[in-house]
This record gives sequence, C-alpha cells and structure tokens, in this order.
Amino acid sequence: MAMDIKEIETLIKEAMPDATIEIQDLAGDSNHYSATITSSKFSGKSKIEQHKMVYNSLKGKMGNELHALAIKTKEQ
Amino acid sequence: MDDNTKNLIQSHIDTNEVCLFMKGTPDAPQCGFSMAVSNMLKILEVNYKGINVLESQTLREGIKEFSDWPTIPQVYVKGEFVGGCDIVKEMYENGELQKKLELKGINFKKKD
Repeated sequence: MAMDIKEIETLIKEAMPDATIEIQDLAGDSNHYSATITSSKFSGKSKIEQHKMVYNSLKGKMGNELHALAIKTKEQ
Repeated sequence: MDDNTKNLIQSHIDTNEVCLFMKGTPDAPQCGFSMAVSNMLKILEVNYKGINVLESQTLREGIKEFSDWPTIPQVYVKGEFVGGCDIVKEMYENGELQKKLELKGINFKKKD
C-alpha cells in the first residue's frame, strides 16, 4: 500500500487547479509524505476545513493506500 | 457506525475536557503522530485523557466517521474537534493552541 508523489499531486491539482504543491517523501518508502499546499481556495476557511479539502481531493485514499501525509496549507 | 460506538465516543468527549484519540497510550504511543500530539499536551501540562483506538477496530473506524476526519490522532477540547497532528502542531507553535485552551478555561502551563 503506497502512492507515488505524482499521483498525490495529480489528485490535489484536480480539486484545486491553482494550487502550488510541494511534496516530500519523508522516509523514502512512498508511504510517509509531507505536503505544503498553497491555494486561493483556502482563503476564509478554517484550518480544519482546509485540511478536509486536501483529504477530500485524495478521494478516500488518506488513511488507506496512503498511510501518512503531513499537511501544511497556506492561503495565497 | 453503530449507536454503541457513537455513544461511547460521545461519552469520552463529554466526560473529559481534553480528549486525545490516539494509537497507543500517552505512556506508550504506537505511532509518531500520536506521540507528537501527546508530547505537546504533556509539555503544556494539560490534564488529558488518551483513548487508545488500537484497542477496538470499531472505535478506530468510528472516530474517523464521527469527526469526518480520516486520520488519527484527533484532539477534542470541551467537545470541539480541534484537529489532527498537523493542525495541533501548527497551533502549538504559533500559540493558537494555548489561546484556545485559555479561552476554554483549561489549565495548562504558561511560559514563565
């Protein structure tokens, strides 16, 4: 169970086309990532809502195929 | 999620001012993210209840549905879902967590 960086990036981009995404593979095992996402879509939303938007863009993969993705969201 | 699980989660949240749903226990966390949140609460000397979701598969899945949040750990303060590891860490670092605890009337160690 793992996902590659490209796949994560593509899914987030689909949901937030204007997003700037930086992803790091933290452990080199394609299973522990850290992502910084900057998008105008985050403006006016709480951190919980912003993170939910990212989780939703991953279509249920978070917590399943994808074990760990540390998320940092920034408003543009 | 069945009613029993839902009621169990609700009662944890109702009876503990600060609740941490985590993998493992505060003394023996089983996951780095759970350990990180647990440590932040310990540093702040917050009196919190750690609930080990690994003890029950229904609880482990139930809490995700309950909070509409796909990952564990999860922190609740006085019934309000505050966030998972990333959000709580960010709030701890920028002081928002301390503000929230203060606002909710939770005792914690303030910086000297």
